Amino acid sequence: MTDAPETPARSWLTRLAIYGPLLLFAVFVVFVGSQLGRETRVTLTSKLIGQPMPAVNLPGLGDAPGLTSADFKTGKPVLVNVFASWCVPCRVEAPQLAQLTAMGVTVNGIAVRDAPDDVAAFLKTNGNPFARVGLDKTGQTQIALGSSGVPETFVVDGAGIIRYQHIGEIRPEHIELLMAKLAEAGR
Amino acid sequence: MIVELGHAALWLAAAFALLQALAPWLRAPVGDAERWTGLAVPAALAQALLVSLAFGSLVWAFATSDFSVKLVATNSHTMKPMLYKLSGVWGNHEGSMLLWILVMALAGAAVALADSPLGDRFRALVLSMQGLIALGFYAFLLAASNPFERLGVAPTQGNGLNPLLQDPGLAFHPPMLYAGYVGLSVAFAFAVAALLERRVGPAWAAAVRPWVLAAWAALGCGITLGSWWAYYELGWGGYWFWDPVENASLMPWLAATALLHSVAVLAKRDALRNWTILLAVVGFSLSMIGTFVVRSGLLTSVHAFAVDPARGAFLLVLLALYIGGALLLYALRASTVAVGEGFAPVSREGALVANNLLLAAGLGVVFVGSGYPLLVDVLGVGPISVGPPYFNATFGPLMIPLVLLMAVGPFLTWGAARTDKLARKLAVPALLAVGLALYAFAVWDVRAAFSLIGFALSAWLGVATLAILWGRLPWRTPRATWGMALAHLGVAITLFGITASGALTRELLVNLRLGESAEVAGYTMKLVDVAPVAGANWTALEATLDVSRGGQPLTVLHPQARLYTSPMMDTTEAAIHTRINGDLYAVLGKPDGSGRWQLHVWWKPFVVWIWAGGLIMALGGALSMTARASARRGAAQPVGALVAA
Repeated sequence: MTDAPETPARSWLTRLAIYGPLLLFAVFVVFVGSQLGRETRVTLTSKLIGQPMPAVNLPGLGDAPGLTSADFKTGKPVLVNVFASWCVPCRVEAPQLAQLTAMGVTVNGIAVRDAPDDVAAFLKTNGNPFARVGLDKTGQTQIALGSSGVPETFVVDGAGIIRYQHIGEIRPEHIELLMAKLAEAGR
Repeated sequence: MIVELGHAALWLAAAFALLQALAPWLRAPVGDAERWTGLAVPAALAQALLVSLAFGSLVWAFATSDFSVKLVATNSHTMKPMLYKLSGVWGNHEGSMLLWILVMALAGAAVALADSPLGDRFRALVLSMQGLIALGFYAFLLAASNPFERLGVAPTQGNGLNPLLQDPGLAFHPPMLYAGYVGLSVAFAFAVAALLERRVGPAWAAAVRPWVLAAWAALGCGITLGSWWAYYELGWGGYWFWDPVENASLMPWLAATALLHSVAVLAKRDALRNWTILLAVVGFSLSMIGTFVVRSGLLTSVHAFAVDPARGAFLLVLLALYIGGALLLYALRASTVAVGEGFAPVSREGALVANNLLLAAGLGVVFVGSGYPLLVDVLGVGPISVGPPYFNATFGPLMIPLVLLMAVGPFLTWGAARTDKLARKLAVPALLAVGLALYAFAVWDVRAAFSLIGFALSAWLGVATLAILWGRLPWRTPRATWGMALAHLGVAITLFGITASGALTRELLVNLRLGESAEVAGYTMKLVDVAPVAGANWTALEATLDVSRGGQPLTVLHPQARLYTSPMMDTTEAAIHTRINGDLYAVLGKPDGSGRWQLHVWWKPFVVWIWAGGLIMALGGALSMTARASARRGAAQPVGALVAA
């Protein structure tokens, strides 16, 4: 490389070309540095946690009573299980729901986009842990609950406030957690 | 115990990195004052060996599921297949930083072992810069994110790895990408050393070229793998999302592409000195910024591992020191670098300058698009998202003149080029370009102007590139020419794939009962069965789709809706039938409650050409690299002559 002697008469454009990258980078560092502490976590839980249950008025199976908003104002925390007869993981969680019922928990079911006969057959095959079952034929109640799939299970306290959302099937290891959430909601 | 040995090896490696950084600056008290400079080479080799040991011990911990190591416990699981236990090593923050250091040390060892046409002192300086950069990352690993940290009480089972990441394409995507990122550190170190030694010139360009090509090829491979993974794993057939993290890998690639062309100009014509140095600095700077952006948690995406702000601050300080330092050195020394040769506008170098300007503009557009949402969010205007429409509208038009030029450039000679024969040489490509656009318009019914231009350009570039090789004897064609032709052909192929899959995709969204059929683009799908299946760490519903065309059975597709158990996560496994003229891409969705299953099927014409082109580009780079290496060995230039240049 040949070293040119220092030429004092450099245009501002040349200067910009030479110092520009450094300046740009300095701006970048300052900007990023000021942003480091910012919270960027995104929570994926239902927006309804801490909110009252949406209005529920669902027909039941055959002659059985359906599920209404009154069922969530009993003063006792309950579980709401969103399920469907066509949902395979819902079969997987049936023993856990039965176990929760045996432990004295009230479980209400919402059958989403389902035919009454199919639901009856499903409950006959897999056992019926539900105190009340409501048929949500259009899926509107599921949407109002902020639930996007089946199965999902909500903990609702005695005043009808949603306290907790469990996404996916209940596995044996989740029972303890759900019991704790119920106890918390009962306080 | 092995883990502790790995930890110790990492500390020792850091010590050698320090020695490597200091070697050219040390003065021996007795004898030849410069003789300690020679320590850089053995230090680089020792560092590489020790980091390999450290990395190996972490691999061992993952392979044996040693859950007393915190990193293993939080990221692995005994049920995971062995390949993913191993890829789990870099599927997390600490491990990926260790991989970064490993690749960096291996690149250093390669510099130490390769010929050094610029002399031993220059090599020691390059190694010194590499040692200095590595040292910062050692400090970061050892102080802020130790991968070898033990847990007081070892859990009996680990947390597992994000199921989306449990995939062969992704197991190799980060190492390739890192090889590219870190490979650019060699070019960076060469640039800084050249500024320090005031040796920017053709000899320097010839020496740095194989390193740039190697990094460019690896980066291209890594990006291609990542894009292919996104295509088949994310379940809706997209292959590029202009996600900030993807852009973070695209920007260094664009800079490296510009760099390898400007290096050619510098080597042949001694022009573009400052610009080439700046590109070499910017290329690796963008790699570091890319890694930083991914790791700092500044951006949330598939790629972001949870990281606390303290780590982000540490990385930012490192970046400020390295990049700021290099840019400052550039600013101080650039004003003393002689301008170099001028050149005729219509010439090979003129075309390459235009190429550089267009690539730099493309880089700027991507940079602005990636940074803008962050800026707007901070200014409090509310979160916005800059998506594909922005990039298609800005990046796309810049690529049109670039591809036009790419076909012409290779036909121009260095110096003032004769243009009288140019028209005849380019007549056939031009005709075929118009022909393909007309064919797409008439037969494929394409009406979008942008797509028609895409078809025309891909034919234009592809045919013109083949014309370079036309009439040459393959074995008498220089390997560098082969490399260039392959790389350009790869661009044409990728462009064709992007255009065709974008313009001609057919989509079908249906609810089918078992036994029912639906049709897309002439292919008939019959839903035969949906049944549960299970893997080592997942259960799934798997559909059986019989595919036929014109009554002839063609293939059977098995799309799955998977549920991973550790951690719990739903994923879709698309079933893909790849043909040279397109992919059938089927995704099994939710059942609708009345015995019908939702199926989403796409016919994506020529989509596989996108990645084939990417790999051909990388292959071209690799070929060009070996050509340069052998030419250099053959030439055996005396060191003194180079210094005098």
